[in-house]
Amino acid sequence: MARYQLNINGRDLEVDVEAQMPLLWVLRDELGLIGTKFGCGIAQCGACTVHVAGKPIRACVTPASALVGQPIRTIEGLADGTELHPLQQAWIDVDVAQCGYCQSGQIMSAAALLAEKPSPTDEDIDAAMVDNYCRCGTYNRIRKAIHLASENTPSQFFDASQGGGDFHVKQRSEGQS
Amino acid sequence: MNDHDFMSESDRDIDLVRAVELELNALAETTDQAEPFLIKKLHRRAFLKLSGVAGSSLVLASVLSGYGTAAKAEDLGSLVGSIELNAFIKVSSEGKIVIYSSNPEMGQGIKTALPMIIAEEMGANWEDVEVLQSDVDESRFGRHSAGGSTTIPRTFDQMRTMGASAREMFIGAASISMELPRDELHAQNSTVSHLFSSKSLTFGELAALAVKQPLPDPKNLIFKDKADYTIIGTSVTGVDNLEIVSGLALFGIDVRVPEMRYGAYQKCPAFGGKVISANLEEVKKLPGITDVFILEGNDNVRELSSGVALVGTSTWAVFNAKKQLRINWDESSASKDSWTQMVSRAKRLHSQPGETLIAETGDVQSSYSNPDHQTIEAFYEYPFVAHLCMEPMNCTAHYKAGHDGTPDNLELWIPTQAPTRAYPVAKSLFGLDQAQVKIHQMRLGGSFGRRVYSEYICEVIAMSKQVGAPVKLTWSREDDLQHDFYRVGGFQSVKGSIDQTGKIVAFEDHFMGMTYKGGRISGSGFRATEFPMLNLKNTRATQTMFDIQTPCGPWRAPGANTTAFVIQSFIHELAVKAGRDHLEVLLELMGEPRWFDQGNVRSLNTGRAADVISLAAKKANWGRSLPKGHGLGLAFHFSHAAHVAEVAEVSVDASKKLKVNRVTVAVDVGPIINMSGATAQVEGAVIDGLSTMLGQKITMEQGRIQQSNFHDYQVLRLPNAPEVDIYFIQSDYSPTGLGEPALPPLAPAIGNAIYAATGERVRKMPLTDEGYTI
Repeated sequence: MARYQLNINGRDLEVDVEAQMPLLWVLRDELGLIGTKFGCGIAQCGACTVHVAGKPIRACVTPASALVGQPIRTIEGLADGTELHPLQQAWIDVDVAQCGYCQSGQIMSAAALLAEKPSPTDEDIDAAMVDNYCRCGTYNRIRKAIHLASENTPSQFFDASQGGGDFHVKQRSEGQS
Repeated sequence: MNDHDFMSESDRDIDLVRAVELELNALAETTDQAEPFLIKKLHRRAFLKLSGVAGSSLVLASVLSGYGTAAKAEDLGSLVGSIELNAFIKVSSEGKIVIYSSNPEMGQGIKTALPMIIAEEMGANWEDVEVLQSDVDESRFGRHSAGGSTTIPRTFDQMRTMGASAREMFIGAASISMELPRDELHAQNSTVSHLFSSKSLTFGELAALAVKQPLPDPKNLIFKDKADYTIIGTSVTGVDNLEIVSGLALFGIDVRVPEMRYGAYQKCPAFGGKVISANLEEVKKLPGITDVFILEGNDNVRELSSGVALVGTSTWAVFNAKKQLRINWDESSASKDSWTQMVSRAKRLHSQPGETLIAETGDVQSSYSNPDHQTIEAFYEYPFVAHLCMEPMNCTAHYKAGHDGTPDNLELWIPTQAPTRAYPVAKSLFGLDQAQVKIHQMRLGGSFGRRVYSEYICEVIAMSKQVGAPVKLTWSREDDLQHDFYRVGGFQSVKGSIDQTGKIVAFEDHFMGMTYKGGRISGSGFRATEFPMLNLKNTRATQTMFDIQTPCGPWRAPGANTTAFVIQSFIHELAVKAGRDHLEVLLELMGEPRWFDQGNVRSLNTGRAADVISLAAKKANWGRSLPKGHGLGLAFHFSHAAHVAEVAEVSVDASKKLKVNRVTVAVDVGPIINMSGATAQVEGAVIDGLSTMLGQKITMEQGRIQQSNFHDYQVLRLPNAPEVDIYFIQSDYSPTGLGEPALPPLAPAIGNAIYAATGERVRKMPLTDEGYTI
């Protein structure tokens, strides 16, 4: 066991774990950030996708100790404070989820795509999402939601260098949609 | 009911409030740097209605200064003073409506659909509605289960009754408050209004008085006319969608309770093997491991199989340690099943009738020997497949030993299709009465029939009891794939003849299926009423069963998911032999509109069948000419009280690379509750059907499953998903379920389309075994 300082969703958090412990289990079991899902443990299904320095990685095979000093962003940190990321809103508007289990990984892969290509083509979406399994078969709605989000994406969401928002609260009147 | 009672009851709901609280506690425990942030539930619905409006944003979170109870009280603020109208509905004086969803949610959308029915009959505004998962209490909520596409047909009237009785209580309260006759009052938009003046009172204003109204006699309730529906039939986004896209706790695997430890369980790779000994002491020394012990099991694969349990401080620790286990297994009574041997045996038997006669009409033999008839036969094969839920099997148990004369008790957090099935095993294995067992039903990350058995529940109860602490058991993907209750594989030998006019006049099926240790397996059997047995004068169905020890169970549309492939492909073979159009032959088989079983709306209606077949064909522009290497394929199947027809459009190149361009689906399940959810089920069934047909196959040798994870058991990927066009015939029959019946027609539609494109017949799944790629 050793102590590691991780930057997760804009916060510096210290964890005391085995050097080989994958980020997935540090997030889920040590930090209680259960939005990142366990699907296969061998980087085949994409359920555990998170961003490291803006790039999508598979948390189930990446030791947390290797990520010290790099900004990590998880699904819990995708919203800008109180405001949903356009992909999250699009996922709700299109009613993408069936069981919903793979969707945080899907959204994180899509977010990395939009950060790189704000107006992706279908081919761009194919390439970016090919390694994220959905057992329920929500793929067509995922594609639709990515296109919808890309049409409505405020520019502040596309700073790929940032690991997370600053979690300030933008007070808005409830009911605004 | 006073405020305290209400809050304590809500506290028991493992819903967002509890989940966020647990998350806050977890963060507070692990770090003092983390700021809590809390999703506010209030008025959430206002944001979540499907808007279709671009660029909308959402106020999501509010940072509160306190932890724990302060946060919870704030969150429940608007519910204080709520009044229970009946088991399913609570309304606060501020007009907030809580509707409990009592059935397991596994992605089929029931947690949204059932409350829509209640809200519709109530006259509620959907934006005022908050849906919470109910506790498990069949005396209050009725049966808690999901499966067989039965929840909607079983509960439609129950939900309407709940909503309509609440509506009548509001109208009764308004009649008193406004001193107006009941029949001049009308409930809509969470308000009771006077028909002849501008007088109105909101549900919130009426709540206190409404709860004092007598409960209406269900016999006197009048349900809304469907022409007046404002919620049923619309598209409503799933009630858990905000939590899902935000990564908040919903699923069984997300449960965290104080002092919880993490568990893993290793069973014998050959089903039925038992632990003789293992290197327990060595593994116990590994980092993060607190306990390693053998569970004897009770020799019931649905309950507790023998194995080695590991408990530790993280899932990773127990998964890692599990790989270091060296176990001596007694395999003397373990499975020796071999897929290769099953295939050989079936091929030997295929040209002869089966051992058992299932049904017979007319005389197939004389049809075959008629020199004017043409007779063909074919052998079809389909493999075992796994459920492969994205969320592996898991369960959390807290077994609390009694002391000073108090009894033991057990708290369970289970993602399951059948929560109450935990009671009998808690009794038989652990001696606990129902009153000693508290069950929380968690959202399921997929199920497809998998989570109807209780073995993962039994395993974790035993582990929690042994270590004296709450334990969350998580199966690795390898455990999940190699210890499933598989969709049973099998074989069918089919034969049929056509007369000189090209009409199908005889059909025969020799069904080769499986039994498990002599017992029936879900989906392995041929039904005497199977299409086209009742459509033809000369039919015969026989059956031969192979006894196996590989556990099998229901898998989305049991039986139908394989029999549709055989029969709907073979009908096409007969049509091709006759040189006739498949659509014409299929409609001819249906004949005049009639029920197969008069008065039974769960039986095939040839008129409903012909309507969906014709609609799918029309929408797919059936009969159009296509470029070389392209083809259209049609199939119909009746299952789960649903009539579904599908047309697939495919292209196949010289290297057998397949592209499914589009699938057109026509469905009659009566009225649709949630249009978004219903289309999702059909889209999902098509993609699931294609995924399974294309490349999924579980094989076993020496009783051991030969696949282990996603690298050798693949799921269809996003770029290969076809477009799916869906059309509903919303007939006036009572609504039936849609989780399953859109899957069975997919495989034969694809197979028939491949034939149209290439002239090559598909008689075996998966397609990758036949050299196809996608």
